[in-house]
Amino acid sequence: MYAQLVETGVKRVKSLEEMSPEERAFQERIDAEIKIEPKNWMPDAYRQTLIRQISQHAHSEIVGMLPEGNWVTRAPTLKRKLQLMAKIQDEAGHGMYLYSAMETLGADRDEEIDKLHAGKAKYSSIFNYPTLNWADMGAVGWLVDGAAIVNQVVLQRTSYGPYSRAMIRICKEESFHQRQGYEILLTMMRHGNQAQKDMVQDAINRLWWPSLMMFGPSDADSPNSAQSMSWKIKRMSNDDLRQRFIDQTVPQLEFLGCTAPDPDLKWNEERGHYDFGQINWQEFYDVLKGNGPCNRERIATRRKALDDGKWVREAAVAHAAKRQQKQNAA
Amino acid sequence: MTDNKNDLIEYLLRLADNAMINGQRLCEWCGHAPALEEEMALMNVALDLVGQARNWYEYAAELLADGRDADRLAFTRDERDFRNTLLVEQPNGDYAVTTAKLFLFDAWHLHTLQALTASKDERIAAIAAKGVKEATYHLRRSGEWVERLGDGTEESRQRMLAAIDELWRFTGDLLAGDAIQQRLAEAGIAADAAAVAAAWQATVEQVFGATNLPVPQPSSYFYLDGKKGLHTEHLGILLAEMQFLQRAYPGATW
Amino acid sequence: MSEWILFEVFVRSKHGLNHKHVGSVHAADANMALESARDLYTRRNEGVSIWVVPSAQITATAGDEKEPFFDPSQDKVYRHASFYELPDEVGHM
Repeated sequence: MYAQLVETGVKRVKSLEEMSPEERAFQERIDAEIKIEPKNWMPDAYRQTLIRQISQHAHSEIVGMLPEGNWVTRAPTLKRKLQLMAKIQDEAGHGMYLYSAMETLGADRDEEIDKLHAGKAKYSSIFNYPTLNWADMGAVGWLVDGAAIVNQVVLQRTSYGPYSRAMIRICKEESFHQRQGYEILLTMMRHGNQAQKDMVQDAINRLWWPSLMMFGPSDADSPNSAQSMSWKIKRMSNDDLRQRFIDQTVPQLEFLGCTAPDPDLKWNEERGHYDFGQINWQEFYDVLKGNGPCNRERIATRRKALDDGKWVREAAVAHAAKRQQKQNAA
Repeated sequence: MTDNKNDLIEYLLRLADNAMINGQRLCEWCGHAPALEEEMALMNVALDLVGQARNWYEYAAELLADGRDADRLAFTRDERDFRNTLLVEQPNGDYAVTTAKLFLFDAWHLHTLQALTASKDERIAAIAAKGVKEATYHLRRSGEWVERLGDGTEESRQRMLAAIDELWRFTGDLLAGDAIQQRLAEAGIAADAAAVAAAWQATVEQVFGATNLPVPQPSSYFYLDGKKGLHTEHLGILLAEMQFLQRAYPGATW
Repeated sequence: MSEWILFEVFVRSKHGLNHKHVGSVHAADANMALESARDLYTRRNEGVSIWVVPSAQITATAGDEKEPFFDPSQDKVYRHASFYELPDEVGHM
């Protein structure tokens, strides 16, 4: 997902009996579905895990602007250009909502961004793949945002109040993103020439598996899932979310008249779900570790934006101080 | 009146191309702005501008009635056919250049749109009325940033001075009227170039004055003219990028 | 340390309603904070008025002070209209 493999630093989930009175009150509050708010007592591990999770999510939104930004100057029509601009702008906005939620935990946005640029913080693996044709703008909206929405809808009920509220706002605003993407693909498939149809299939071929990887490895291989689930900062297992995504996406894929690059993808009547092939987790771990196709470029771009903007931000601070001084003198 | 119609189309394309090319340059900032807050702000301005461009192109396309729609006008004309002012096609440079470019344009844009709200052409008046609200905010923002950078740190001031020095030579092209605009202005349709130029001068003097930025002498003509499609070399490259898909796949539906 | 100050943002979504907290922005000064808040929190026509307040200037109740702070008002039912019984004949009041 936008937050993958979030460390909790907890080896084993404590039972209620093992907890201190504060911890127990905290856990009971969560169990009763009462939101945790910034000034409430919370275990340090909960706070730190949330900071990691929300910042990862925020970093993903911000880095996620780049693959689409790659095409914003080349969008084919005025309508598509405006839609893409609005979508990318939403992503910046969603990154900011999330940083804002994260800062209620006492973390500092600039410091967390520094960690990202130093390679010490993660962001979603998906944004390390290049966007190579216009259909990628459709596929990103449909598959990548689609996968994100599956997760985010569930996270609206997360236990931390500010995170939950940010998610509610984000889900509301993102409803157009997936439609926008799908419409791009549908238009190309229905009204496009052969070259355009080939673009669509090519985009799906490249982005299909990375989209499935977004949900993270199977929960059996996710050592932090149990604690995150009991804290309700994760509300459904990676595998369940992935299955939900596949089940809702395959009919849309068929409606497009395209195929997935997975010969094992087929409906399983007995399970009532689609079966699918083996995900290449080696690729996932490689990309997460920094060896994806665009990791270096993405971070270099973000770092350069920050470095190049330093004098601008400093000037704004200096100017504000001067104005304050003038006001005080007057 | 055929003459009037041709004048009008020409004038609409100027308004459209100005907004479009400026918006395109702002799109280039996507992901590279000096702060996340500025990402949002720049994209907002860009959305306003491309939206305005679409309105002007649509009107121009209706008057042209030659089968070309707004997209064809934006994405298939060559650089010699583009009518934007030279200022907006200039590369973004650093944030001081972008800020100065936006401010010099916004001041002109707002005064132009304000005049156009009184246009006898109702369609123009309606598009301008919407645009005025947007341009008012654009000018407020870019003016504040001129002040921040002009009176921020020593470095930012030097950069702002250099940016003004770099861009000022294009303001002659920005402010100049021509016979077409003159005829339309006399018919109560277009903005009067001289009046806009005077208002522009006052706005620039006010904002520059607030931060002790010297206002240069009026820039002199240097043998290019955006209104006639005589551009700097930057526009062709910009269009090559912006028009790529429409050019590579002529007539395709997106 | 943040280069810019953190401001909390409050938006009045419609005339007649209270300002409601929606989140925060970073800005060098209050003017910039207002503009950033406008660009961030009212992109979809959500507001008619915005307040920004430096986060450091906000004093809040501690999360665990709920009982001493708010429980005393819980038994003061006479502050609520439904506490008062009126015969039906009086009609709506």
